[in-house]
Amino acid sequence: MATITIDTVSRWFGNVVAVNDVTMAIGPGITGLLGPNGAGKSTLIHMMSGFLAPSSGSVALDGTPIWRNQQVYRQIGLVPERESMYDHLTGWEFVLANAELHGLAHPGAAARRALDLVEMAEAKDRRTGTYSKGMKQRVKMASALVHDPSVLLLDEPFNGMDPRQRLHLMDLLRRFGADGRTVLFSSHILEEVEQLARHIEVVVAGRHAASGDFRRIRRLMTDRPHRYLVRSSDDRRLAAALIADGSTAGIEVDGRERALRVQAVNFQGFTTLLPRVAREAGIRLYTVSPADESLESVFSYLVSA
Amino acid sequence: MNPTVARLTVRGLLGRRRGLLLLVVPALLLAVSALAAAAHGDEQSLTVKILGELDLGTLVPILGLVVGTGVIATEIDDGSIVYLLAKPLPRWRIVTTKLVVAIGTTWAFAAVPTLFAGLLLYGTRDGLALGYTVAVLVAGAAYSALFLLLGVVTRHAVVAGLGYALVWEALVGNYVDGARTLSIQQWGRAVAQSVAGESAIGSAVPLGTAVPLLLIVTVASTVLASVKLAGLTLTADE
Repeated sequence: MATITIDTVSRWFGNVVAVNDVTMAIGPGITGLLGPNGAGKSTLIHMMSGFLAPSSGSVALDGTPIWRNQQVYRQIGLVPERESMYDHLTGWEFVLANAELHGLAHPGAAARRALDLVEMAEAKDRRTGTYSKGMKQRVKMASALVHDPSVLLLDEPFNGMDPRQRLHLMDLLRRFGADGRTVLFSSHILEEVEQLARHIEVVVAGRHAASGDFRRIRRLMTDRPHRYLVRSSDDRRLAAALIADGSTAGIEVDGRERALRVQAVNFQGFTTLLPRVAREAGIRLYTVSPADESLESVFSYLVSA
Repeated sequence: MNPTVARLTVRGLLGRRRGLLLLVVPALLLAVSALAAAAHGDEQSLTVKILGELDLGTLVPILGLVVGTGVIATEIDDGSIVYLLAKPLPRWRIVTTKLVVAIGTTWAFAAVPTLFAGLLLYGTRDGLALGYTVAVLVAGAAYSALFLLLGVVTRHAVVAGLGYALVWEALVGNYVDGARTLSIQQWGRAVAQSVAGESAIGSAVPLGTAVPLLLIVTVASTVLASVKLAGLTLTADE
């Protein structure tokens, strides 16, 4: 059982603040680090894996500071985001080298076990430079698992994977989580995180925006007011009819766009209300588009919440 | 020494195209020496010119630069150094292993050809061949350590290294006497001069200064590189 504690950590680069006063504890099981690109996920993972010093605060593994402490790597396995990994070596040579560098008693056996685990035994004699993205990801996993670590840190592990590889990796991580290992992975895709993570930490613009199980995060995201852009044959009459219903919180007539900006309170209610109201009033709907479904706006809502 | 680090470093250094690139140095030196040996002229001054200026003054620093940065800067640039660093392995051991590989490679590709070139040009007379070979050995080691350090501390190691070798040592050192005191090339010359006992070699620095400075640069570079590597920071690509 291993726990990584991040205690009031900030990290800045020059005058850019990448991580701003974050406190969280990553315990056994699978934790998803969710946030849009540039939110500071990689910076956090770099600090957790000892490749970046916090500007203030502390990052520790079971109470021991991680920065400049090579002994933590006996417990930590890191799957970096970057792909380069000694392209001139074969998968086998690469994983074996990692086992040797850990000073394991039986590096050959450990490398074989790790390659079997990620189902790369068949392709192990090909040069890693010839691997597909998914295969590289699996070999990187094998190199991180070769010493049987209690903590596994993965930076955007699903990037560039096809659906089958994604499922396979998820399966593998679930097994690690079930073993009582501490698994942390970062992603900017909510669906990935909620499929896999028992616990989710959301970071936005360097700040710790939300924390909880996926139900709580999902609720935070769906309960927020939804905004729509609606164009119809008679915008003003439609606006009058919509505002009469409780699912609508506000309507703005946008003269320039020649459209209505509708703020709905209740997502489900509004999606059934709009077509019904339009039909009853004899109004034709030309455009109904969500105005803020991008992840960034969802996150920014979470931050202000 | 860590055998795995050494193996990875050697394969990274000599594999692919860089291995061929390294061969250019001895090939060039030997070709020029063969041509010169066939021509007639003042053999001693020709030998001093080729081994002193072309070899020790130009080829050795360039080779040291390619090798010294090649053993570590490429891994830092492409991020694969992570796989070495995310291990319970003392950083000084990674650095010393890589330094041994760099020095060994520099010796094989520069010192050995220097000896052959010297014998070809001037035989064993006046100890010139041996003198320059020893100079290339010590200068090669110092260049390797210095350029390895540059590879750890800056993303622009090759530019910084070229700046030192070509601008400082060759250009500034040619016109400003004081600059020669801080020049690996001049320290190498001092060693060559004392080994050969031949004043034709000429050196701006006395041996008593050159040897301690060579040692200090080599050891201090290695220590500093170890410290810097232990605090190596990964920056996010995002």
